[in-house]
Amino acid sequence: MLNLFKIKPSIGLLSLPYALVFIFFFFIPLILTFVISFWDYNEYSIIPDLILENYRYIFENCFSFKDDMCVTFKTYLSTFIFCFITWFFTLIIGFFVAYFLSFYVNSLTWQIALFLLCTIPFWTSNVIRMISWIPLLGRNGLVNDFFLSTGLTNTPQEWLLYSGFSVVLAFVHLYTLFMIVPIFNSMMRIDKSIIEAAYDSGANGFQILSNIIIPLCKPGIVIGSIFVITVVMGDFITIGIMGGQQIPSIGKIIYVEMSYLQLPAAAANAVILLFLTLLIIWIMTKMIDIRKEL
Amino acid sequence: MKNNITRRNLLKTSTAALGAVAGAGLLRGFPAIHASDAPVVRYLGTAVNMGDAVQKKLFDDTGIKVKFIVKTTDEVVKTIFTQPNSFDIVDSEYFSMPKLVPSGNLLGMDTKRIKEWDNVTSAFTKGEVAGKKIGDQGTAPKKVMYLKGANSKEFAAEPTQYVTLIPTVYNADTLGIRPDLIKRPISTWAELLNPEFKGKASILNIPSIGIMDAAMVVEAMGEYKYPDKGNMTKKEIDLTMKIFTEAKKAGQFRAFWSDFNESVNLMASGEVVIQSMWSPAITAVRTKGIPCVYQPLKEGYRAWAAGFGLPATTKGRQADICYEFINWYLSGWVGAYLNRQGYYSAVIPTAKKYMESYEWDYWMLGKPATADIMSPDGKKLASKGEIRDGGSYEARMGAVECWNATMDENKYMVRKWNEMIAS
Repeated sequence: MLNLFKIKPSIGLLSLPYALVFIFFFFIPLILTFVISFWDYNEYSIIPDLILENYRYIFENCFSFKDDMCVTFKTYLSTFIFCFITWFFTLIIGFFVAYFLSFYVNSLTWQIALFLLCTIPFWTSNVIRMISWIPLLGRNGLVNDFFLSTGLTNTPQEWLLYSGFSVVLAFVHLYTLFMIVPIFNSMMRIDKSIIEAAYDSGANGFQILSNIIIPLCKPGIVIGSIFVITVVMGDFITIGIMGGQQIPSIGKIIYVEMSYLQLPAAAANAVILLFLTLLIIWIMTKMIDIRKEL
Repeated sequence: MKNNITRRNLLKTSTAALGAVAGAGLLRGFPAIHASDAPVVRYLGTAVNMGDAVQKKLFDDTGIKVKFIVKTTDEVVKTIFTQPNSFDIVDSEYFSMPKLVPSGNLLGMDTKRIKEWDNVTSAFTKGEVAGKKIGDQGTAPKKVMYLKGANSKEFAAEPTQYVTLIPTVYNADTLGIRPDLIKRPISTWAELLNPEFKGKASILNIPSIGIMDAAMVVEAMGEYKYPDKGNMTKKEIDLTMKIFTEAKKAGQFRAFWSDFNESVNLMASGEVVIQSMWSPAITAVRTKGIPCVYQPLKEGYRAWAAGFGLPATTKGRQADICYEFINWYLSGWVGAYLNRQGYYSAVIPTAKKYMESYEWDYWMLGKPATADIMSPDGKKLASKGEIRDGGSYEARMGAVECWNATMDENKYMVRKWNEMIAS
């Protein structure tokens, strides 16, 4: 915003529409959320106030360390674990798919064709892509049928569905493309002659990967990671459907609070979630200066 | 049917007649039904009472067009609070009234304008079925039915002219089971936590309703006898949630559900064999050809009830259209439509006129079907000889134990529920 006034008026004018959209639909609602998180509420209205009760409520019993962990910590811990595992798998899979596309597929036509192939699942809604796992993984599902008929197991495997496993599976399935796209983009910009030079200088495949390709892909990796992590942090639909609603998520807590009109409590939870997500992104951008790399 | 055609013609004639005197300025303030444009009623509610058939029939009979705004129970309440002018008529549950009435966003409904008011079932007005008192724990409709005046924000203990909602539909809910997979009789709510069904049970993840089912189970297990399940103390909430948390940790539940379709899928796929369920979900499972029973249980049913309310700002011609709509709704055709889905209509005598006698015997009297029973959209629900789960209206509604409720400790309850989910 401040930069807006230092740069040429014509450029300022060009960025004005987006700035306005940003202010009205992002900045102001965010400020409102923050303000309302300090308000009081009853069954049917929210009352302007300045109280810390909503925050105190979230962290009630969290710092006594007597019994179990409090709900808030438990929920965030579970969310962080999902975040990490999902990030790890989407990164590995995404990286190698992008690697294959950019270094093993030589013709541009094929690259585009294969890339489009990756996006085909996105032609349906993500809820449908999620639900389609259920007949596969269920107690009487295809996978269990296969296990039973081949004698691999004697009883249906129940951990396949409505478990941490199925949640991670769905996340990886849904969000790997978010990794592929930016990493592929970074890889396509790598000058092939650098790799040839490294090869000529006697570098082996692994050295080329670790000394040239990965460092040059860092911006793509960070952007992909930001996508995946922010989506997983705020998710409650995937965790709800694939976890059989038995696994907590901050999003679900906020959703329940909203549906009971406990808007200030929901706002307080949203502020904390936003703070933590921004913190993670801030740490990642400290590791690499995206603006410089782009 | 013949009746309605005449009625429609009558409307046309009256429109023409009115057109003739339009110059006299008589049109002003008249319901839009008499104007050239068909009036549109924005109808906010859950999908329960909505259907294309209702929409079409309403237009044929009255010339009123209805636009459905479908939301979940909780969202309906939220909409009344936050956007009270985004709808013309709302279909809400009685248990929301303790929250909604103090807000002043709903109009006191004038019973003098409801033709069939005297025929509204006594389950609503007096809390009685066939002259016998039924369970009134929780937010029973009779507790939140009457208002002290048209614009009152307080409930009246005695019947008055003004009510919070005009009753439309209600039912007695219980557990749904898969008889083919359980293979033995089920007769008590306590079975939900029976270790025999470990990993094959489910409960709904809507705290305000789930807690009632949970309380029925706890009481059936003999763990505790609640003075009022629908208004628990903090201690009682803790106790209830403790029992369910332990069961959850022991792996009793396969999944929780929060959406009607989820409950259908869980049951139809055999992931779950016993769970909280709603009547149309049972129907949906059965129409797939999978056996599913809405099991009557000895402790009784958890009931719910819904009705029509208008925004507090409704007046004049808008109010006329809405009251016309409500009167049409209670005049029988919709009542029969609801009864055929396994719900109950608030005005029973009018619904009877629109049902075949074999349908009436099956749905309302609990007699064996003398012909195949069809759903309103023509799918087969029961074969000849079958009896409705739970039997007659009097047997089912007479065995109501408690009603969906809003507790004084609602905030605490939601928090404890979330803790159980997180455990």
